[in-house]
Amino acid sequence: MKKENQKERIFTRRTLFIGALQAALLCVLGGRLAWLQITQGAKYKTLSEKNRININMLSPSRGLIYDRYGTPLAVNDENFRVLVIPEQTENLEKALSKLQKLIEISQSDIKRVLKQASRSAAFVPLEVKDKLSWQEVAQVEVNLPDLPGVAIDVGEIRSYPYGVSTAHITGYVGAVTEAEVKTGDPIFKLPGFKVGRTGLEKAFDKKLRGSAGSAEVEVNVVGRQVRELKRHEGLPGKDLTLTIDADLQIYMQERLSQEKSASAVIMDVHTGAVYGLFSSPAFDVNLFTTGLSAEKWEELNADPGLPLNNKAVSGQYPPGSTFKMVTALAALEEGYVTRNKTVYCPGHYDYGGDRFHCWKRGGHGTMNLVSALAESCDTYFYEIATEIGIDTLAAYAKKLGLGERLDFDLTEEAPGLMPTIAWKRGHFGKAWQPGETIVSSIGQGYLLTTPLQLATMTARLVNGGKQVKPWLTAYTGRIPTHDYQWPVLNLSKKNLDLIGLGMSNVVNDPDGTAYAARIQNASMAMAGKTGTAQVRRITMEERSEGVLNSDLPWKLRHHALFVGYAPVGNPRYACAVVVDHGGSGSAAAAPIARDLLTKVQQRDPASKPVYLDQTSAAQPTPTRKPMQTKQNT
Amino acid sequence: MRGIEIQSDIKLGQKILYINWGLVALITIIACIGFSCLYSAAGGSLSPWATPQIVRFMMGMCGMLVVALIDIRFWYKMAYPCFALGMVLLVVVEAMGHVGMGAQRWINLGFMKLQPSEVMKIAVVMALARYFHAVSVDDVRRITFLIPAALIVLAPVGLVLLQPDLGTSLMIIMAGLSVFFVAGAPLWMFISGIVGTVASVPVAWHFLHDYQKKRVMTFLDPESDPLGAGYHITQSKIALGSGGMEGKGFLEGTQSRLNFLPEKQTDFIFTLFAEEWGFVGGVVLLALFALVFIYCGVIALRCRHDFGRLLALGLMVNFSLYVFINIAMVMGLIPVVGAPLPLISYGGTAMLSVMLGFGLIMSCSIYKDSKIPRL
Repeated sequence: MKKENQKERIFTRRTLFIGALQAALLCVLGGRLAWLQITQGAKYKTLSEKNRININMLSPSRGLIYDRYGTPLAVNDENFRVLVIPEQTENLEKALSKLQKLIEISQSDIKRVLKQASRSAAFVPLEVKDKLSWQEVAQVEVNLPDLPGVAIDVGEIRSYPYGVSTAHITGYVGAVTEAEVKTGDPIFKLPGFKVGRTGLEKAFDKKLRGSAGSAEVEVNVVGRQVRELKRHEGLPGKDLTLTIDADLQIYMQERLSQEKSASAVIMDVHTGAVYGLFSSPAFDVNLFTTGLSAEKWEELNADPGLPLNNKAVSGQYPPGSTFKMVTALAALEEGYVTRNKTVYCPGHYDYGGDRFHCWKRGGHGTMNLVSALAESCDTYFYEIATEIGIDTLAAYAKKLGLGERLDFDLTEEAPGLMPTIAWKRGHFGKAWQPGETIVSSIGQGYLLTTPLQLATMTARLVNGGKQVKPWLTAYTGRIPTHDYQWPVLNLSKKNLDLIGLGMSNVVNDPDGTAYAARIQNASMAMAGKTGTAQVRRITMEERSEGVLNSDLPWKLRHHALFVGYAPVGNPRYACAVVVDHGGSGSAAAAPIARDLLTKVQQRDPASKPVYLDQTSAAQPTPTRKPMQTKQNT
Repeated sequence: MRGIEIQSDIKLGQKILYINWGLVALITIIACIGFSCLYSAAGGSLSPWATPQIVRFMMGMCGMLVVALIDIRFWYKMAYPCFALGMVLLVVVEAMGHVGMGAQRWINLGFMKLQPSEVMKIAVVMALARYFHAVSVDDVRRITFLIPAALIVLAPVGLVLLQPDLGTSLMIIMAGLSVFFVAGAPLWMFISGIVGTVASVPVAWHFLHDYQKKRVMTFLDPESDPLGAGYHITQSKIALGSGGMEGKGFLEGTQSRLNFLPEKQTDFIFTLFAEEWGFVGGVVLLALFALVFIYCGVIALRCRHDFGRLLALGLMVNFSLYVFINIAMVMGLIPVVGAPLPLISYGGTAMLSVMLGFGLIMSCSIYKDSKIPRL
């Protein structure tokens, strides 16, 4: 019983303790109420009756994109727009139809605004129309007193001064999607906020974007700002400074657009910096920010030249004979051939009951490694390939940058494909056939590479065996985006020189396949390799009848490729050109490469450091004009 | 002295006399204040909120009286089954969420949406009261004895956290702890528990992911999210403060009724009340709540059996937590958590669970002298 009493005593004591605690909490609540309503009451009364408090979101300014000389490639222009804040309108639909009487607003825009309004909080401003003309701004401004909840605001619109020639590099920005809004990041709720959709705008979107700020301002009854109460600075987006030479881009655009569809990459063999990268046909990226008509969109999509694709990094082509350097290097490094090894080419090569044809019907006669490269003899490589084996070939291809992504600055980069025995088993469940190695040795079969990879391969072959990777952005803000300490591939200089000699003879030897496209000026002379990639199998019938490529429909013609570098004695610039269905590498691709390599040597971007504007960094413009987002009467 | 034998003989009429009509009156007065607030929130109209709320209150009142008249020994027997039912319901909503209905916290019963976590707030207290019923002082001091009781609290808390509903989980923990406390659990445990929690915060912080840290920071500093939580608090403070000493008068509130407070009929109803009725009204309402606490506390103290004492006290603490959290939140004292003001805020489940809770407290009062054999 004593224990029972003890328990009751504990209960009573502790219950009273809880009661005291509650009493204390009630006093705190009462005290707070007194403070808010009596001490601060007058202040809040003023706030509620006379003035309003606006919370303005400060949109971050999107980072700009410059080329290597500081030429702007992507800038922000002023954009006047009309916004509506649903909770401040008496009736949203009525307000919109009133607005429609003043300026032209499409029915689909009205629908979009109503849909957005149904999904977001009533105080979130919605963009009704942007890119208003001065006249439209004036129309709305004059009538603002009759339009509660409607506001004019100055925003930014992305503009690309070089439109077409840097289209695939800068990419473009687009409206926020529903899925992005659902991530909950408040930045997506900013009216008219844009997100990078392709190119660098997409790849560096987070850096370019910056972060939003906010300001609490007191405004009077008519909405004019009285004073700012609190400010939380946002951060502007980081600028990008590229390795690209904008004028070279223009030249590439002019030169490549002479073909129906083509792409090219020019890069530095030692640093990996990309000076020019173009995919033709291109399109004006400004169309995507100023409004793209449905017809234009259809047209861009229907174009067989795929203008919306950056074929220089995402186009995957069989490398054709441009792959022969890989086969040659593998054979030399692994000791299957020496400089003097000769093979007799009768125009075909028989293996295991199959006949593999050389492109030259009559055959090349006796060939050594250098002449086989120069004259692009298939038979020579067929024979050495049977000894090398596909996995060794693949290992060398990867060393040279083929068949996998190179961590390039554009997300559109495609991996290409370098087959191995394990790959084939994994994909087809079938064993690798020796005949497939033979076909692979001249860059056909399953092999796929991108122009970017081909340029990288060329750079690695002639820079002394450094494992360079291509890159586009020199600086993000003021910080270098990449460091260029490239690891050294373990390749013999003697073998690389031998391949270099072969590539030089391709262009500079009268027997070479690209002799017609040589650069006459000796100090600028280039070296390279032609490639002609079949897109389908040539039938025996066609072979015997000698069907000309130019008689075939465009889609069935061979791809024309050329990889090259210059100057030949002291390589600095590597270049890869692919002309889609161009027929032959020597006739279609080599002349373009000659012109591009000539141009880049004349401009010589490698001799000038990337320009970083010192003054703009000293006085950063943090956030642009405040934009009203909500109010309190 | 009335024993259980006598008490089980009391007639229904007598039982009705034993009902704490004072408490019933208090509850009704507070609920009526609630109706008037909802009437005002709708701009001087019974629809859409006041009428359904009145209907729910009537239903809740009937439920409360029925619960009150049922023998406390029945509730003693039902304590664990209720807890089990609550657990099942929690698992069901959790599973529904996974099956693709999104983050749901309720089950649709057709006439109302049932939130299992609300049921659980009562069930946890019932289960704990039963667990601690008629145990010796020494038992309560043994850790091995306290572990199952801790599980009664932690199991539902885990499920509620998964929803995720941090506010409700904390309320369940606090109500549970109060039962532990008055049941006589050793004081050193509470003290070391508090010290341990405080000490482990930096360690736990270290192990959080960056995005989790950010979430905690916005929870603690709503001003960093000016379009979200911070906005509502600023608006709430302006509305409340502008009420002044005497308030703007019934139906005269300007701030609250405009759409600056999206939750004006639910979580932010106190703001509307205080704007219209001023400091005087606010203090009167706080005093009415204080009287309810006192009433329930006295019932707990006068009850002759452990189950009733613990149940009445635990439910009283639970009720008071709602009041404190809600009012502190709208006045900007604590971060915004979704907690309604009981009896006033618009909402079905909360009204029902609060009324049933009072029913149980009254049952403790009517049957305060019953002898409950430990099962």
